[in-house]
Amino acid sequence: MSDAAFTFTIDGVTITAEPGQSIMDAADAAGIYIPRLCDHEGLRHQGGCRVCTIKANGRSAAACTQPAAPDLVVENESEHINAMRRNLVEMLFHEGNHLCPICEASGNCELQAMAYRLGMTEPTKFPYLEPCRAVDASHPDIALDTNRCISCGRCIRASQDVDGKGIFGYVGRGIHRRVAVNGPDLAHTDAEVTDHAMSAEVCPVGCIIRKRVGFSTPIGEREFDGGLIGQDIERKRSQGKGQ
Amino acid sequence: MEALPEAHHGLMNDPKIPSGNGLTPPDRGSNGGADGAIVEICTRFGNDKHRMLDILLAVQDRFRWISPEAMETIAEQTGQSRIQVEGVASFYHFLSQEPKGAITIRICDDIVDRYTGLADAVAAFEEELGIAMGTTSADGRFSLDYTPCIGMCDQAPAAMVNGVIFTRLTKQKARSIAAALREGASPEELISPQFEALSPYERATASVDNNILHAGEVLLGPVPQDAGLEKAAVLRSEQIIATVEASGLRGCGGAGFTSGAKWRFAAAEADPQKYVFCNADEGEPGTFKDRVLLTERADLVIEGMTIAARAIGAKEGLIYLRGEYAYLRDHLEDVLAKRRARGLLGSDILDKPGFDFDIRIQMGAGAYICGEEGALISSCEGLPGEPKTRPPFPVNRGYLGHPTVVNNVETFCHAARILDQGAQWFQSMGTEGSNGTKLFSISGDCRNPGIYELPYGMSVRDVLTLAGGSDAAAVLVGGPSGTMVGRDSFERLLSFDDLATAGAIVVFSGERNILEIVEYYLGFFVHESCGYCTPCRVGNVFLQKTIQKFREGNADSSDVAYLRDLASTIIETSRCGLGMTSPNPILSTLENFPLVYSATTKENEGGMKATFDIQAAISGARTIAKRRSYIFDKDFTQ
Amino acid sequence: MSEEPRKARIATASLAGCFGCHMAILDIDERLIDLMKLVDVDRSPLTDIKRFTRRCDIGIIEGGCCNEENVHVLQEFRRNCDVLVAIGQCAIMGGLPAMRNAIMHSDDPLRECLEEAYITGAYLRNTTHNVPNDPALPLILDKVYSCAEVVEIDHQIPGCAPEGDVIYDTLIKLLAGKFRGFERETIRFD
Repeated sequence: MSDAAFTFTIDGVTITAEPGQSIMDAADAAGIYIPRLCDHEGLRHQGGCRVCTIKANGRSAAACTQPAAPDLVVENESEHINAMRRNLVEMLFHEGNHLCPICEASGNCELQAMAYRLGMTEPTKFPYLEPCRAVDASHPDIALDTNRCISCGRCIRASQDVDGKGIFGYVGRGIHRRVAVNGPDLAHTDAEVTDHAMSAEVCPVGCIIRKRVGFSTPIGEREFDGGLIGQDIERKRSQGKGQ
Repeated sequence: MEALPEAHHGLMNDPKIPSGNGLTPPDRGSNGGADGAIVEICTRFGNDKHRMLDILLAVQDRFRWISPEAMETIAEQTGQSRIQVEGVASFYHFLSQEPKGAITIRICDDIVDRYTGLADAVAAFEEELGIAMGTTSADGRFSLDYTPCIGMCDQAPAAMVNGVIFTRLTKQKARSIAAALREGASPEELISPQFEALSPYERATASVDNNILHAGEVLLGPVPQDAGLEKAAVLRSEQIIATVEASGLRGCGGAGFTSGAKWRFAAAEADPQKYVFCNADEGEPGTFKDRVLLTERADLVIEGMTIAARAIGAKEGLIYLRGEYAYLRDHLEDVLAKRRARGLLGSDILDKPGFDFDIRIQMGAGAYICGEEGALISSCEGLPGEPKTRPPFPVNRGYLGHPTVVNNVETFCHAARILDQGAQWFQSMGTEGSNGTKLFSISGDCRNPGIYELPYGMSVRDVLTLAGGSDAAAVLVGGPSGTMVGRDSFERLLSFDDLATAGAIVVFSGERNILEIVEYYLGFFVHESCGYCTPCRVGNVFLQKTIQKFREGNADSSDVAYLRDLASTIIETSRCGLGMTSPNPILSTLENFPLVYSATTKENEGGMKATFDIQAAISGARTIAKRRSYIFDKDFTQ
Repeated sequence: MSEEPRKARIATASLAGCFGCHMAILDIDERLIDLMKLVDVDRSPLTDIKRFTRRCDIGIIEGGCCNEENVHVLQEFRRNCDVLVAIGQCAIMGGLPAMRNAIMHSDDPLRECLEEAYITGAYLRNTTHNVPNDPALPLILDKVYSCAEVVEIDHQIPGCAPEGDVIYDTLIKLLAGKFRGFERETIRFD
């Protein structure tokens, strides 16, 4: 394969990509938002949440890990795909305990924002699994409520690759797979509130909680009070058009 | 917290208890000596993090669990963090984070076992050992556990006692095994009093029958020793691959990828370090053909691997043997050793300078997902058995980043035979697009369960006739990730173009409850999902719960559409083949047995959910409050 | 049929909720006057009408089902309303009361839950040391159910509580037969 840039289409829009870019990388650069939860800027792609599922030449793939290729025809925002994404987001809501009204991440939560974007308002058919996982409040500055964890693994990658600490890891298998800490509890790890892994942007939900700062942003000024998740990426395209 | 290890410590030092026969409570790994033993185990595997599974299996075997302290030591030795070790230790079913009995009895709870007397065998073990399933005796001698299909469906019910297999467990047989174990007998001596004197092959066949009921021309008929390898040794890589391609051979593990193409991709890679892996992680419920090949055609398997190594230029190979087949390990090691001695493995194979190839065995530890080639490679790298992101594909970047061909046991056997007899010979058997023969593992409600080598293209009915399954009402072709067909589909053909299968055929008579079967298989997939991706991890739980609703009579008619919608999301968004096929038991029974579902659904009347049961919802409160409902009980004053 | 179009009739109820959603209905503010031109309010805490006087076009339900009386009211609403709208997170997914569902995994969860709430809880001052059991108290359910688990729900208005604007817009559209879902920007779960 040559090093030359090439083009492909997403929902009929022709975009340019560099060799080695994933479909999502190329879409982001072009101002087309592909919904995602486990993927986060600056961290390795994981391809676990599957919310970024697209159809590439008719075949399902995760946009975050699927390489862009010349002349690929990608379907992103179709009703069928968004219905599947809605199912996936709803699965994550029902796998844990997500009570938005009492969660301090509400308004800044990517899971919640994704539900808004995908229009998750119909009566659900999914059962609630209602787990009862222990809350780890041992650390002086950080608390973990894994009942709200969506297994995106962003904290694992941030701690491993950015902080160089490896505080988090997956344990268990299947529905019992969860994020755990490298020690008996968080207080017995090297975790610090200044770690990238503990920052508000890495945990997409209200699982990693920084103590004493909860609910400090008034309703109306929180991250997703101002508009849909992904609009920052989409704005790039509308601005590009305007020029 | 400290009391528990202390208590065990005391027991361990009891001088009256002899060692080595199950009477010794396991070393709990909490004393000073344990640490040294764990260091020794790690050192034995070069403190190599890629041998993590071997290290953990050795620690489990020695101490009967992976204690937190053991994880710390292993982490230190291998340069990993404790959470990384725990990630692996907590992934595999045969590794335990709680102390297991010195003798761990794992009873296969496959649906076929359930229909052949599992409950009796379980009751016998429980009564005789005085413990319930899922528990360990207080003295640490015995654990009783269920485990998914162990590949003995033709001789069910079956159990693993440590690594030893016992089959055809009647109540009486189970009781006498348990009693003998309790009296201090070792599992091995129950198989044969002279177990130690038996040859490795004799040990492998001492308690497990092959049940070869139909030998075909390719695999189970007479096979000349190493004829394929001798021919391949004088061919160039290109010629070997061309022959395999021309034969039309497709992978026999389920996916059916063209084997020659796989080899060609790997051969084309410039990386000088390449690998040939044999996938002997046969885990699909109802499949047991690889068990028979590994027992009866081990040389042919290794011959095929050696040919593949020559074709792609690999120096190293590996057989990933499922943990349930640990009883075959000595036999395979023996065959490998003999081949090394005969110059068929090692350096300059068949005196061809530079034809170097050797094989080691990697044991699995109870994880169906490791049959997926990416997960298999992850497991060999010392990681949890999670599938890898594709691309890159293993043939380009597999084990430790090097090109790796992973083929099924049967595929390697076929390849070796094709090199001997030629592509034309192989092509002349079977049908267009499905060449050659196939091993079928047939079990369930039929008179002659066992292994049948048949050309592709036979109908379900033909196979049922052979196996004595005339009462069949439903046949599961390809195991739970395959297709469940009913009587009106028995003319369908077993081939890649119609009913594709890795060879599992499970026969169910009209007495069987289809929804019970479906729920069992969904439970299997829930148990075996790695949990990496959302749809498979969560969606399969929802599918199983919905089937439970149908079974309890709590489903309404909209639940059929719901099942289809959920199934399609799981299939279309899952990361690997497990989630892409796990809804098949539901989808194929919805298709072929729709009445089973519609007969159990309730209709909502007047907008009330028929599935909401107010009486069940208030029964607990009625008991606690000691009064009846003034709204829903007409006789509430009573 | 050339009759004057009759005013639509609506009814509301609060089940296991905090009444916040009813407060939010009042947040419609002066547009309540416009709304009242279109509808009559039948059974509702807002009118203090305790029984349906006639069949209603729209029933609005706040709160989920925590006890038998909630179930009874919800079923009456389903029987007496053409369109049933669940309003707020409690009606939609159980809400805060449903937090008890996640801790009820023991063998006798209901008893444990009641005892913790009334007897053994660390921060309690219950001098009677009894779980309240007046005959007038409705029986508590084994868990908290969302409205859609008990009856068919036609529409859900998410929020805790939903904004008055959203409630007003939704009702106006429902009354005109033009409701086609929410603008994504207006969806809130809090």
